[in-house]
Amino acid sequence: MTARAEHYASPSRVAVEVRGVSKIYDGGVEALNDISLYFPEGQLTTLLGPSGCGKTTLLKIIAGLIAPTSGSVKVEGREVTGPGPERAFVFQDFALMPWASVMRNVAFGLELRGVAKTERERVAQGYIGEVGLKGFEAAYPHALSGGMRQRVGLARALAVNAKVLLMDEPFSAVDEQTRRKFQEDLLRLVAQERKTFIFVTHSIEEAVYVSDRIVLLSKRPSRVSEIITPAIDRSVDPERIRRSQAYLDTVEAIWQGLKRYLE
Amino acid sequence: MIIGGIRVPLFASLIIWAILWEIAGRSGASFVIPPLSAIFARIVEIVPTPTFLAALAVTAKTFVIGNAIAILVGIPIGVAMGRSDLADRTLLPWVNMFISAPLSALVPVIMVLFGLGETTIILTVVLFAIWIIVLDTRAGVRSIPPSLVEMARSFGASRLQAFGKIYVWAALPEILSSIRLGMIRAVKGVVIGQLLVSIVGFGRLFELYSSHFLMEHFWALLFVIFAFAFALNEALAWLERRVEYYAASRT
Amino acid sequence: MATIAEASAARQGGGTRPILAHPLVLRLASVAVVCAAWEYAGRVPISPAFPTFLETMAALFDMIRDGSLGKAFAVTLEPLVIGLAASVIAGVGLGVLMGLNRFAEWLGAPLFIIAQAAPMAALIPIITFAYGIGLLAKVVTVCMMAMPVIVLNSLNAIRHTPTSLIEMGRSFQASRLNLIAKIILPSAAPVIFAGLRLGAASGFIGVILAELLITPTGIGDIITYNQSIAEYPKMYAAIFAIIAVSVLFIEALEWIELTLFRPEKRASA
Repeated sequence: MTARAEHYASPSRVAVEVRGVSKIYDGGVEALNDISLYFPEGQLTTLLGPSGCGKTTLLKIIAGLIAPTSGSVKVEGREVTGPGPERAFVFQDFALMPWASVMRNVAFGLELRGVAKTERERVAQGYIGEVGLKGFEAAYPHALSGGMRQRVGLARALAVNAKVLLMDEPFSAVDEQTRRKFQEDLLRLVAQERKTFIFVTHSIEEAVYVSDRIVLLSKRPSRVSEIITPAIDRSVDPERIRRSQAYLDTVEAIWQGLKRYLE
Repeated sequence: MIIGGIRVPLFASLIIWAILWEIAGRSGASFVIPPLSAIFARIVEIVPTPTFLAALAVTAKTFVIGNAIAILVGIPIGVAMGRSDLADRTLLPWVNMFISAPLSALVPVIMVLFGLGETTIILTVVLFAIWIIVLDTRAGVRSIPPSLVEMARSFGASRLQAFGKIYVWAALPEILSSIRLGMIRAVKGVVIGQLLVSIVGFGRLFELYSSHFLMEHFWALLFVIFAFAFALNEALAWLERRVEYYAASRT
Repeated sequence: MATIAEASAARQGGGTRPILAHPLVLRLASVAVVCAAWEYAGRVPISPAFPTFLETMAALFDMIRDGSLGKAFAVTLEPLVIGLAASVIAGVGLGVLMGLNRFAEWLGAPLFIIAQAAPMAALIPIITFAYGIGLLAKVVTVCMMAMPVIVLNSLNAIRHTPTSLIEMGRSFQASRLNLIAKIILPSAAPVIFAGLRLGAASGFIGVILAELLITPTGIGDIITYNQSIAEYPKMYAAIFAIIAVSVLFIEALEWIELTLFRPEKRASA
């Protein structure tokens, strides 16, 4: 396992750059304190930290849903002033429209862009298949399990073909077995698509399992406390990863580090 | 609330409406809208008079008795419906029907059976208030987590102890809410009852003022009643909030 | 099993008395019991002014057959339908506007909150002073009774749109118009419809009170006339009829909503 703070001089291209971002909410709650980070293109970077540490806030600032109090975010060199077509968000509570079918939900991002119906349904159909929901196009969210609903959310985010995928604790609202399956599927997805993934979770195991890079955030007001690159061989069978020494060592080291904050 | 970044008190817009009313009243646009200041003067004038106080006494008495009956009868029925599926399936369709039915249509029946007096008003209040009390009490009881029940039994509570020490408290937020909603409906009931009976309490005063076209007096009386209804609602909502703190964490 | 209701349902699913437990049978049985009690009470009689169930039903059919009930309903329902239509259009419009615009909410909400809690029926005599005793006065009465609840429900429905749905729309760069039309309004629809049902119920109260307090026409006339000549079966029959129509009307509104707009509620309804 290697843990080292990283500098800007890094070999791969930078998809998202965060500079000096702070966020103070009305009422004086300081969520983020002078965060500077970068996210390499084509990799999955995780924001990991204790509950309430502002990682979702940071993710939403990158998404353009929240404005920072100070600092800036650049995506592909362009400054972020709001949501944009190159970024797509996957929500923790799925954010599906209960009155719309799976097909309509998945195609919704395209619908808002004004893509014609036949075209957007064609694209949506492809992603419905890719997330394993083929056959459920006409179903409504209330008839689906939590895991299936999140697949819809994921398909919707993939369908708009964004370069950066932002995932806010996407697997926390499903049961343990489904969650493990999702993590394996995510590994496959990352290997397959050439997108940048920014992933938020509070689960250490999950972070070490899926990430190329892990950014550890401290308790509120958050600062970057450490950046870890798990040296895990992902070419092996996904099930073997959870028993590999590198995986176990990394998890243990992070846990020891975070334990300080819980005491 | 906050508009454009400025914090504004919630009901402050009423001041604007009051000013508009005053202007409209003074302009003499319609004799139905007298100036607000004149109305307030009348309120001060009529409230201490014996006729008003007598009417208030009748109204208050019928209101309190009616509500008491509605609560004493409605809560047990609601609890019964919450705990027994048979009672629930038998009674629920009726409760649902009466909750949205135009109960005012039944007041003539009450008048015909019980005469033109206080009894009719009391029964009207009961009629208006009871259905929501039953329905919401039932909802409160039905949402008691069975783990609370099992906890009570595992510690050896008798049925009465379980009822008094646990169920009532567990369902209390909904019960209080039902009483509040019942009282709002009861206010409508007591007014409608008196309007239809019209020889009792405020109904008599309304009849008096309207037959003599005393608009200022009429509005004054209306304001007093509206203010009372609103104050009652707020007082009960406050009480509800005091109890509500544990409502969300019951499951 | 999260609640007592579910637990007891599971317990009773054992089928001790399957026929009695069937919802329709139970409902018919309770209706029969009520009618029987009514019949008995009328025969005792608990009051000279209390006709039996059968007498009331006979009077009801008489009035249907000679057309007087139909004519009366036409007169009574006219201001109701006009008033409700106006209340729905204006009420939902106002409520949505107040839901989307904080200033409008600040300006208008207090009025409707007070109107909701206060006995609006007391304003009926004032309406007669202002608008006379004709159709307009009755329409205004219906509007006055129905609008507050429609407005407040619409307002609350919009304000309680789930934040994550709005964020989802914004994350896909939805225009303001699309956000309102495709996310906020569909999300608000069930509560708005509930408001319409409550508004309809209040509208019925309004029109009946208008007829009983202003001038008797239509159903109100049948009630007061027969009351004055002590023809109680007809009086009770008219009351029965208006309550029945009101209940059916509101059920019809719910059916329209479920059929046309919210397919996912049909699964649970």
